[in-house]
Amino acid sequence: MATETLAVAAPPGPLVAFWRSFRENRGAVIGLAVVISVVFIAIFADFIAPYSPIEQYRGFTRLPPAWIDGGNWAHPLGTDPVGRDMLSRILYGSRISLFIGLSVMFVSAVLGVLLGLLAAFWGGIVDVIIIRVMDLILAIPSLVLAILIIAVIGPNLTNTIVAVTIVGLPFYVRLVRASAISELTKDYVTAAKVAGVGPLRLMLSTVLPNCLAPLIVQAALGISDAILAAAGLGFLGLGAQPPTPEWGSMLADSRDLITSNPWVMAMPGIAILITVLAINLMGDGLRDALDPRLKKS
Amino acid sequence: MSQVLNAQNLTRYYSVSRGAFKEAAILKAVDGASFTLERGKTLAVVGESGCGKSTLARLVTMIELPTSGTLSIGGHNIVGATRETLRALRPKVQIVFQNPYGSLNPRQKIGAILEEPLLVNTKAPKAERQEKARAMMASVGLRPEHYDRYPHMFSGGQRQRIAIARALMLDPEVLVLDEPVSALDISIQAQVLNLLADLQEKHNLAYLFISHDLSVVRHIADEVMVMYLGRVVEQGARDAVFSNPQHPYTKALLSATPTPDPMRKRERIVLKGELPSPLAPPPGCTFHPRCPIAFEPCNKLNPALLAHDDRLVACHAVNPPTSNAKAA
Repeated sequence: MATETLAVAAPPGPLVAFWRSFRENRGAVIGLAVVISVVFIAIFADFIAPYSPIEQYRGFTRLPPAWIDGGNWAHPLGTDPVGRDMLSRILYGSRISLFIGLSVMFVSAVLGVLLGLLAAFWGGIVDVIIIRVMDLILAIPSLVLAILIIAVIGPNLTNTIVAVTIVGLPFYVRLVRASAISELTKDYVTAAKVAGVGPLRLMLSTVLPNCLAPLIVQAALGISDAILAAAGLGFLGLGAQPPTPEWGSMLADSRDLITSNPWVMAMPGIAILITVLAINLMGDGLRDALDPRLKKS
Repeated sequence: MSQVLNAQNLTRYYSVSRGAFKEAAILKAVDGASFTLERGKTLAVVGESGCGKSTLARLVTMIELPTSGTLSIGGHNIVGATRETLRALRPKVQIVFQNPYGSLNPRQKIGAILEEPLLVNTKAPKAERQEKARAMMASVGLRPEHYDRYPHMFSGGQRQRIAIARALMLDPEVLVLDEPVSALDISIQAQVLNLLADLQEKHNLAYLFISHDLSVVRHIADEVMVMYLGRVVEQGARDAVFSNPQHPYTKALLSATPTPDPMRKRERIVLKGELPSPLAPPPGCTFHPRCPIAFEPCNKLNPALLAHDDRLVACHAVNPPTSNAKAA
């Protein structure tokens, strides 16, 4: 009997356990693979892209993709009206879109967690002020507010990030505040208080990890929302300025070609679609894998 | 000194907002409870839900401060104490909750749950914390391999053992047990109660045992305190209260407890009406609208908790109102 209880297999490490449960969701694995390749493309665009994204090949304007009649394998995805290679522009564009998506997600997640936890822990007047300001931001249509912010601080890439962060912040704050308030009423928080756990440790080590599951999904969806919002601003000419290869402004530049040369508009649209879809799939898988309550024991 | 905790006239009032156009109401959750806890002894607090039992637990564990009265732990009064004194006193009183599914952090492994109290209160190195946690797991009947598991992998009874182990990690003097077995199966209840009895003997603990289950209280208590709407109605040694209850509310409670002897004839006292709202307690004795023996002064005079034979009772029928009026 005594020897029996000793012969227990060592439990797998946390990373191995995480990967095992993540692997069960096929969509999430596909999403992860696509996200990894987009990241890879963004990092190594200098080596992968056949041409510079801003160089104009005057002899090859409005070239269709290579597999359509009149295409040329020198420019596999064709060229835009001023003769820039579409493939190179889309590959370089992933840099900008991912940079916007990740930095918006990071800044708004950090700010959202801080403000949300403050509101939940302090309550009273602090809570009222934070939540009312967030309601104010939500009350204005997000694109209108983003345009307003850009109009005040000027159109460029950094300001796009600032505007999209402010517009997306209320979702993070409200999410963290709501789940922190519901966690705070639970007995394990009281037990930690009775054991003498201080407010900072209670906030970050006891309560925050239990609010992470919805936050991770929100952050993953937030990357794609930010990419879409930045593309929207780019489409309106308020985002990255030409000749920067930004997917949203590429859409905008080519919108009068939608009947005559539809592929010029389709390519950046497809790039946005694939990236956003992959990130969302991955986010769902992350949530399932990170929540120990959903794990099969 | 075996007395570790002393409470005198402990009260806790809440102010309840009733909307913008009404005055805030006062809710007397605990209204004047006095008791002492001694090492190795168990004081059971009995009453219906809403009678202030859990508020009493929150007061004793210093989660909330009393509105008035004194609460002294190891000779230090916590009312008006400095933050440092409170911090030093906190490890002496620990609590086990009713619901073992909500009282353990789902993101922490059992080892981390048990070591956290040591981590925040002592400077013990990791190896020492781990050794203590493993020793405590063994003493509450958990196996060593449970150390690396998450709470959701355990049954209710095992979780309650983990919660008890966590409460004991800081070597407390007082353990508040807030209905520790009412969420468990009957067979598991007996195991956990026996574990609690063993641990009380081993660590010489004072228990404040809160329950509505009188058969459990009869099994574990040394002293019993019966509460009704925030007030103590009868308080005394277990045998005195159980064999010869004096207050009509205690009598009614005891008559509702099932007995295993089918031949024994029981006279069941059924109380009329509902528990009144604690926001608007009846005048006089709060129990009088439901009391089978209420008479003239009960709806005007609030009976004081007075000595009668070997216990304290707050009832005009037991201590005639003339003596009450003088006492008040």
